[in-house]
Amino acid sequence: MLTFVVFALSILRLVTGASDLTSIGTASSALLLSVPIVLAALGGLFSERAGVVNIGLEGMMILGAWGGGFFGVKYGPWAGLVGSIFCGLFGAAIHALATITFGVDHVVSGVAINIIAAGLARYLSTILYKGGSWLGPSQSPDVKSISLNGLPVLSGGEFFGWRSPDLLSKLGSKNWFLISDFANVLRGLTGDLSYITVLAIALVPISYFILWRTSFGLRLRSAGEAPVAAESLGVNVYAMKYAGVLISGALAGLGGGFLALVASNHYQENQTGGRGFIGLAAMLFGNWRPGGLLAGAGLFGFADALQLRDASAIHALLILIVLALLYVSFRDFRRSRRIVGSMNLAFAAFFTWFYMTYSELPGQLVTMTPYLATLIVLSMASQKLRAPAADGIPYRRGGLK
Amino acid sequence: MKRLLTSRISLALAAPVFAAIFGLGVSSLAVLATKKSPWDAFSLMWKYGIESASLMAAVNLATAYFIAAVAIALTFRAGLFNIGVEGQLRLGALVSAYFGAMFTLPPVLHVMAIMLIAMLVGGSWAAIAAYMKVKRGVSEVISTIMLNSISGGLAAYLLSKHFTVRVPGSNDLSTKILPKSGQFPDLMPMLNKIGIKNQPGGGVYGMLFIAIALGIGFWFLTNRTRFGFELRASGANPMAARVSGVNAKKMTVIALVGSGAIAGLAGLPTVLGDTHAYNLGFRSGIGFSAIAIALLGRNSAVGMAISALLFGFLEVASQTLDLINIAPETYIIMQGSILLSAVVAYEVVRRFQLTLHSEALAKVGDK
Repeated sequence: MLTFVVFALSILRLVTGASDLTSIGTASSALLLSVPIVLAALGGLFSERAGVVNIGLEGMMILGAWGGGFFGVKYGPWAGLVGSIFCGLFGAAIHALATITFGVDHVVSGVAINIIAAGLARYLSTILYKGGSWLGPSQSPDVKSISLNGLPVLSGGEFFGWRSPDLLSKLGSKNWFLISDFANVLRGLTGDLSYITVLAIALVPISYFILWRTSFGLRLRSAGEAPVAAESLGVNVYAMKYAGVLISGALAGLGGGFLALVASNHYQENQTGGRGFIGLAAMLFGNWRPGGLLAGAGLFGFADALQLRDASAIHALLILIVLALLYVSFRDFRRSRRIVGSMNLAFAAFFTWFYMTYSELPGQLVTMTPYLATLIVLSMASQKLRAPAADGIPYRRGGLK
Repeated sequence: MKRLLTSRISLALAAPVFAAIFGLGVSSLAVLATKKSPWDAFSLMWKYGIESASLMAAVNLATAYFIAAVAIALTFRAGLFNIGVEGQLRLGALVSAYFGAMFTLPPVLHVMAIMLIAMLVGGSWAAIAAYMKVKRGVSEVISTIMLNSISGGLAAYLLSKHFTVRVPGSNDLSTKILPKSGQFPDLMPMLNKIGIKNQPGGGVYGMLFIAIALGIGFWFLTNRTRFGFELRASGANPMAARVSGVNAKKMTVIALVGSGAIAGLAGLPTVLGDTHAYNLGFRSGIGFSAIAIALLGRNSAVGMAISALLFGFLEVASQTLDLINIAPETYIIMQGSILLSAVVAYEVVRRFQLTLHSEALAKVGDK
């Protein structure tokens, strides 16, 4: 699928001249910005597979980002990451206690966690600011960054002091259609990587292994699919649910810490910017499976990266939207759904007009891209999803209501 | 039976009381952690908060919170979650402020027209989420949250590029100031007559009346009309509702769009009563506090009114904490801990009531 995407983007680049679509910078930003989304989505996966809906991922990410800033300033970036995990765990513990032990509705508890976490982060930041150690009430001082590295030979990785040649970059700068685009994208994805990025991506197959190839994972999934049956077989459903939510909080906290320490170098209020929710959307898009979730996160990370880097690239993406809308409306007319079909056609016409009139998208609209992308993707993919059967249902021992 | 009733009432009170105690407890811990005395903090807040000026400010805050909370409660009752109130109220305020300044009508009609525009905008924004839920099965939790973020960018774009009139001598962007006929009159003249004196720092927003009317209307709608019954049924037991003829999709659309329309009004108290325009200083976060208030008030008009007043009081009163060197943001901790403990307490009490109920039923069978 990556091949297809790069191919489509290369054609777009040729047609519109928006060279940033397949540049090294965009690919590496896309990867960087996908990581928090991947981590949040994995968090959502563990929690929902255990049967607990976790809307509070955003809040746990906020706590993680704050923890990353706080511990990172005091003890360095690696301590910051560990601290962010613990802060995420703290938020998850509250959510778990409220939903599993007390049976509060999962969405209500999650929304409450989001509100509380945002408030707590602001409160603690203000205290630190007034105490003199932080520079501003919503921002931590800078943290030293974790060093970067890349693949040997291909992407200029540095090992034991030897700087290897950067073949992919050379190939990419030749500007050959498709080959250079591929080279650029691969270079972006494999060069100048933080170790944490590699760890985060590795967590995807690791999660698959844990959930589908270990007995712990089987018990966790059974708690989310058929808890009463699992209980009758001796699975401690409460413990499994707790495990799922706590792991989810740890992952979300790590995602927040990543945002504060790797994607940037300090904690900033509102750093998470809804990425916890986008992570949830990626999990939905991936149909509660790690592979699909990675694809979804990559897609949203790409939209995020484009939005940060180059508005003209998004402008070029409009063509893609128009083509997609034309295809969808064509399909609607084939199925005699004339009203919906004409509506889609009208949207296609609107976007074409928009594309012709504005040579560049205004900055404020560009910031909407990841959220708009999430909405569009969700609305196109929502039909064939299958959630864990007991997801979102408060559970009591013995199957009581 | 009588014993069951009194125990029910005491249980109903137990949850909020417990929540208040727990909230105070956690906030005291937070204040203690900064090496200050909680007793000083609370007594100062109380002294300052009781003053007329603070109470008026609290009521003004509570007006906006209450309207937004009613919007959210409408969907909560139907088993849906409209988290997008923040975006709906922002767009409602912006668009209605812009269009409202373009024409002049006789005073009452002008204000009503502005409110109508705000409701239309809020309702349409929520309709997007409703459409996606009904036609594509997208969870309204995520779609409304995404629409929130999108509305932030959209509002910023509209304000800076199209809707604004540059305010001379400042960095602020603002829509054109509403003419006199479009401003909601202050309630001070009326209050003066019953002995409440004018205070520095503004009066009481006239939209308080709208909020009260909305609360009464909400209570009437949900408790005394057939539609309200169907709404509550859809939330309490979707299967039973469907079997008794409620069209789930229609209910979803009506609940979400209606909620968005009411939410559109929530940004107006400040716009109509204070700034008379939409500018960069527009208060953000009303929508999220309103969610807390709706949860705290258990989606009932009276509960939400009390919770809104409480939240407004805490927010205003805590501004004075600066005087004894405590972060005013302590009110966030108070609000958060009250919310969490209330949500847990309601559930615990509900379970306990169920146990009591089944025990009582079992006793009946024992005759």
